[in-house]
Amino acid sequence: MTDDSLDSPSRRRALGCLAYGGAGTLFVLAGGVFTPLDLAAAAADADRTARLGRPLFVQLSDTHIGFNKEANPDVDATLTRAIDLVNVMPQAPALVIHTGDITHLSRPAEFDHAQQLFSRINAGEMHTVPGEHDTSDATVSEYFSRFGKASNNKGYYSFDHAGVHFIALVNVLQFKPGGLGTLGSDQLEWVEDDLKGRSASTPIVVFAHMPLWSVYEPWGWGTGDAPQLMAYLRRFGSVTVLNGHIHQIVQKVEGNVTFHTARSTAYPQPAAGVGEGPGPLKVPADQLAGVLGISSVSLVKHPHSLALADRTLV
Amino acid sequence: MTPKTFLAAGILAASLCTASNGAPATDAAAGTSAAPAIEQTIQVSAKNFMFTPASLTVKAGTTVTWVNLDDEPHTVFSDAGLFRSSALDTKERFSFKFEKAGTYHYLCTIHPRMLGTVVVE
Repeated sequence: MTDDSLDSPSRRRALGCLAYGGAGTLFVLAGGVFTPLDLAAAAADADRTARLGRPLFVQLSDTHIGFNKEANPDVDATLTRAIDLVNVMPQAPALVIHTGDITHLSRPAEFDHAQQLFSRINAGEMHTVPGEHDTSDATVSEYFSRFGKASNNKGYYSFDHAGVHFIALVNVLQFKPGGLGTLGSDQLEWVEDDLKGRSASTPIVVFAHMPLWSVYEPWGWGTGDAPQLMAYLRRFGSVTVLNGHIHQIVQKVEGNVTFHTARSTAYPQPAAGVGEGPGPLKVPADQLAGVLGISSVSLVKHPHSLALADRTLV
Repeated sequence: MTPKTFLAAGILAASLCTASNGAPATDAAAGTSAAPAIEQTIQVSAKNFMFTPASLTVKAGTTVTWVNLDDEPHTVFSDAGLFRSSALDTKERFSFKFEKAGTYHYLCTIHPRMLGTVVVE
C-alpha cells in the first residue's frame, strides 16, 4: 500500500531541503515522484525500512584508478572502502553500475588494476559506460577491448533486469568545442528504436557518464543533445537518470524523470561555478571520506518504484 | 636543447626556436632528415584550462611539442583527424610534425573547453 507520509505535501516540502543532501539521505521514488527522506527517520521506522525492498543495484562512479595527486594519493584505498560497503549490505545487489572514469589515464595497467579491485565486489554482474578519462588513449581501444562486448563495441546498450529496463549511453566520444557531452544522432536513433513498443509503465533507468541535463554549462556539465533523449523518455511513468562526472550529488526532478549525479570514490570537485574551474578539490584528509561515496537503488514495490540511497565512505 | 629547458622556459623557448631557425624551412615535404630540426613548444598551462599559446604560427616542417604542466591530464586532439595524443600526465609531452601549410584546430578531449590552433605557413 502507499505510504501516506510520502504523499503528504507538507512532508514533501519539509524534505525538499534535503534534495542536495550529503550523507544519509535516502531517495524514494514512488509513482514517479522522487522524494528524499532522512535516513535517521527511516531507521526509526523499521516497517518502512523493510518496505524499501531489496537492493537492485549499486552505482559506483569516477573511481579514477591511477590518480595519485594530493586530492587523494590513494584512490585504491577509497575504492576498496566503497567495495567493502557494498559487501556488507544485508543482501547482495544483483547489479553494479559504473558510470565512468574507471581509470584516470586510460592506461592498460590502470584498467587491469581496476578490474582486479572490482573482482572483490559481491554482486551479480557489473555494467559500465566510459568516461572521458577512459577514452583518452590515442586509439580509444583500452576501454572497448575490456568492456565493449556488451555493446558490440558501440559503448551503448540496453538490458532488462527485474522488470526494469536499463539503458547505458555514451556521451564522451564526440567533442563539441565548449565542452558539453554529445550523444550523437546514431545513438539517439538507437534509443528511439529501443524504447519503441515498450509499455509506459516499465521503469526505466538511464545511465551515462556526463550529466544528461544542464548542471552547469560554462564547465561543460551537461549534454548538448540530451533534450532529444528526454523527448523519447517523457511518456514513461518512472525514469531514473544516473550520471557521474561532477563528483558530487546534484538532483533534479522534472515530471516523471529524476536526474541524479553520484559522488566519486576518488576525489571531490568544487560545486558548480565555485573557483576557476572543475578539477580535483583538496579537502583536509580527515574529511575526504565524507565527500566520497556510492549510491544504491532498491525496488520498493516491484515493478513500479525504485528507491535510491547515497552514502559516503565514512 | 634539453627537455628541461623546454619545461623551464616554454614560451621563451618557443620564440627562441623561431628566431634561431634562420635556416629556411627547407623541405618539409621531402622530410630530409638532414635538415636542422625546427621545434616549437606549446605549454598546457596549469591555469584556467588553456593551451598556451592558444594560437601558434609556424613554418611547414616544424615539430610542435605540447607539454602538460598541469596536475590534470590533457590530450591533444586534431578535429580534422590529423593527430591524437594519449592522455598526458603531468610533465608528459606529445609531438607532431606539421608538414603542410594550413590552419589546424585541436582540443583536449578530457576538457573540450580547451581549444588551440596551429597555423602552418
